[in-house]
Amino acid sequence: MVRLVDLPAWEREHMLEKIPALPKFGLNPWVAGGPLSKRRIAIVTSAGLHTRGDRPFGLGVARNDYRVIPGSIAAADLVMSQVSVNFDRTGFQQDLNVVFPIDRLRELAAEGIIGSVADHHYSFMGAGSPVTRMEASAREVGRLLKQDNVDAVLLTPV
Amino acid sequence: MGALALYIEDEGVPTVLISLVREHTAAMHPPRALWVPFMLGRPLGVPGDAAFQRRVVVAALNLFGRDRGPVLEDHAEEAPPVVSAEPAEGMVCGVDFSSADKDVPLSQLVLEEVSQLRSWYEIALKRRGRTALGVAGAAPEELVQFMVAWAEGKPVLSYRAGMPLANAMRLACEELKAFYAEANAGQPGERSAHSVQEWFWHQTAAGRLILALHTALLNSGDKELRSFANESMIPRVARHGGAE
Repeated sequence: MVRLVDLPAWEREHMLEKIPALPKFGLNPWVAGGPLSKRRIAIVTSAGLHTRGDRPFGLGVARNDYRVIPGSIAAADLVMSQVSVNFDRTGFQQDLNVVFPIDRLRELAAEGIIGSVADHHYSFMGAGSPVTRMEASAREVGRLLKQDNVDAVLLTPV
Repeated sequence: MGALALYIEDEGVPTVLISLVREHTAAMHPPRALWVPFMLGRPLGVPGDAAFQRRVVVAALNLFGRDRGPVLEDHAEEAPPVVSAEPAEGMVCGVDFSSADKDVPLSQLVLEEVSQLRSWYEIALKRRGRTALGVAGAAPEELVQFMVAWAEGKPVLSYRAGMPLANAMRLACEELKAFYAEANAGQPGERSAHSVQEWFWHQTAAGRLILALHTALLNSGDKELRSFANESMIPRVARHGGAE
């Protein structure tokens, strides 16, 4: 339940006070594509996920980079080092798909509802502002996705 | 999240995002977004419920069928409440503070607690086949010793050479919390995420340790440690208490 009206006042105020600080991007992109059954889909998450052997996300400028997650990742090999402490982690601990729905995409691909699942997925560490700090790495990921022939990205937050 | 969508789509790749805070998404105008009425940390709604998650994924992907945007649609289905949510008092940890000797060092209390919870952690690990632990790179017992030293104002070298101290401190806290949450999940019964938080912060010695460490780090001479303590150490729900 993240309806602001349902939150305690201190949390609601915290959420609302972020809005005026959000940047104006001056962007209005819209890229059309073919039917879902032909699309190659990747996950990009801001959950601070990475493979078990990869370097954890950090503080300061280390918040801005990204991690690559292989499409073949096994559930036991995906971990989280998100900086924020203000969200539930027990769901991810129980089932990674509640944040990173890789098994759902694999099922949809096997059934022909989507074309395929990408070979590489990407993770950012979404906490902290300004969000524009991620522009360079996000654009780099965009180019990598394009080179991987990805034509649909599912973005998941925490 | 909206920023990532805008930048990636601006590079030529279509995007759809799952939104947890509708007001933030509405202010950023990403091309396609599905707002979901789920708690922070659970964008797909329900762990362990593949059918529920699939409906969310399909609803989001169906937004690729729209011919113009920005699109911000609401997902109608709520996550069901945890069926048998127990009060935090029903949870078990190793140390009964009501009878604990006030003179017992906090380090001993936490280590006893970790030892007591270890079997529940192993049960959860076996059942789930995975663990979120392993990010910090040290066992909970070693992390406790490290954290206690800093909490008591006796700084020691980091357990993890080559990593900035503040990040090592942060990962130690997160690793210990993950150990407790996973051990808790190994115990019988189902409980809400909120009740697990309440239990950790208000009933465990580990919660007391992190609060003591927080106090110590706020007064640290290390700017990065102070910044960590100020911004990323104690969740708002633990500071304020309050609703789920």
